[in-house]
Amino acid sequence: MNSVSEDILRIVSDWKGSFCGAYSIREDGRSISRMDSEHVHIKPKTDKPGLDIYIDDDAKNETISIPACVTHGDVDDLVYNDFHVGKNADVTIIAGCGVHTDNGEPARHNGIHRFFIGENASVKYLEKHVGLGKGDGRKSIDPVTEVFLEKNATLEMETSQIGGVTDSHRVTNGKVAEGGRLVIHERLLTEHDQRADSEFSVEMNGDGSSVDLVSRSVAKDESHQDFKAVIVGNASCTGHSECDAIITGHGTVSATPQLDANNIDAALIHEAAIGKIAGEELLKLRTFGLTEEEAEERIIRGFLR
Amino acid sequence: MLELLNISWSVPEGRKVLRNVSLSIPDSGLTVITGPNGGGKTTLAKIIAGIIKPDSGRIILNGEDITELDVTERARKGIAYAFQQPVRFKGITVRDLLEIAYGKNLPESELCMLLQKVGLCARDYRDRYVNSSLSGGEIKRVEIASVLARNARLTIFDEPEAGIDLWSFTGLIEAFQEIKKSPDRAEVIISHQERILSVADRIVIIEDGMVKEEGLKDDVLPHLMPTISCPVKQVEMGGERL
Ligand SMILES: Nc1ncnc2c1ncn2[C@@H]1O[C@H](COP(=O)(O)OP(=O)(O)OP(=O)(O)O)[C@@H](O)[C@H]1O
Ligand SMILES: [Mg+2]
Repeated sequence: MNSVSEDILRIVSDWKGSFCGAYSIREDGRSISRMDSEHVHIKPKTDKPGLDIYIDDDAKNETISIPACVTHGDVDDLVYNDFHVGKNADVTIIAGCGVHTDNGEPARHNGIHRFFIGENASVKYLEKHVGLGKGDGRKSIDPVTEVFLEKNATLEMETSQIGGVTDSHRVTNGKVAEGGRLVIHERLLTEHDQRADSEFSVEMNGDGSSVDLVSRSVAKDESHQDFKAVIVGNASCTGHSECDAIITGHGTVSATPQLDANNIDAALIHEAAIGKIAGEELLKLRTFGLTEEEAEERIIRGFLR
Repeated sequence: MLELLNISWSVPEGRKVLRNVSLSIPDSGLTVITGPNGGGKTTLAKIIAGIIKPDSGRIILNGEDITELDVTERARKGIAYAFQQPVRFKGITVRDLLEIAYGKNLPESELCMLLQKVGLCARDYRDRYVNSSLSGGEIKRVEIASVLARNARLTIFDEPEAGIDLWSFTGLIEAFQEIKKSPDRAEVIISHQERILSVADRIVIIEDGMVKEEGLKDDVLPHLMPTISCPVKQVEMGGERL
């Protein structure tokens, strides 16, 4: 593994020289290291790049790490990873991704992740994205996440793009069955002339299902973000989406919520707030001796935590 | 010593809020500023903290003219101000706020002590967000704790008693006494509370944008108590038999 990959792994996953549990490390379009565990089996796909990851029924306290690193320009990586999570399993999946380019050439990672989550299983999914390196080579990360939750299954997804990514197109779709619960927390930071758009589409198809989608984002400088969320309630269910964005400099954000209630017992809510940092928040921190810039930086850090 | 010299300020629409206020705050001891609602007390505190720029007049701190210094610079000169109406944040926890005020990471024991002074249990509150989920009294106490964390040369509390229950109030008075005893720290409390007035060294009455009276507690308090306990103007009717 090269040193750029090591840097990326430290930022996007809990790499401490090694991983605990099953893992597969992808570098510049190839799997360079892979490990199964007793209850987690990772198989390369035969028809296209990517992996099938099988998690046994009842597997508990397992952490699966599948980071991807693009370490130089002129790489366009595309990968399909499918997670098959058995009944009653309770696991954490960490899928960080970093793209690095120094030579002015573009670097891109496009990860298509599907989650098939069995009855009563519970999955925590952590996904961190970062762009690194000097020069004006474009750094793109275009993740696609598709979630299929069976009866009473839960997925909690924490996804963040913490800077340096020039273009990003993020798509997240979900289908939730009876009693299923989908929670998505997204954190997005764009600066300079970066662009990010994030599209969510979730269908609740079973009674007692729920979705909670919270997006917090900061658009600095000349950057722009688009947020689209479609929540469809086809049963007796509860859906909540929230888009809370801070703009600074000449940053711009556009948020488009859509709620479709197709059942009399579907209760759907959307909240959106876009604006600059409240003046009184900055003022309060300045009375502690912070400069305006330090106060802004501190508030953004807390907001995106 | 902090000196305010001929400070005036009008609202943007033109009405005068402070008229030629001159006042000095000694280097140590507790000065309580009181007076009727809308008299200009908070405005005066904001002028000291640099949040409001006066239309005219000078502000002198230890011989240095700080009138042109902004909020940040004044904070760095040792001025701390606990707002009458605390600010609510998105994404800042109680621990964050106290650490920002303190200037670096707070050891667990210090954090506990600060929150204890305002009657909050550290374990329950340190990770709470300083947002609308805190009650009025809770956020007020967090505000006071954050200003205590600064250990500033000049500390101003704006109506710290507002919304605080009687049980926690005793603890707060102790925290105020502790600053008062320190030989190199000046303390200003804006208050209507008799118990706070009774521990003052000096009292200033601000009314209608002017200093109506100032002096040692024992000289000012007698003039104040009747109007505080009985705001109704009584008229002497003489000895006529009814
Ligand atoms: N930005 C402003 N715009 C308009 N009026 C203002 C502004 N700031 C203060 N005032 C007015 O100035 C007067 C003094 O206000 P200030 O907040 O200083 O009073 P106070 O003495 O602190 O009162 P209280 O005891 O109620 O806290 C009030 O009449 C208030 O309405
Ligand atoms: Mg006031």
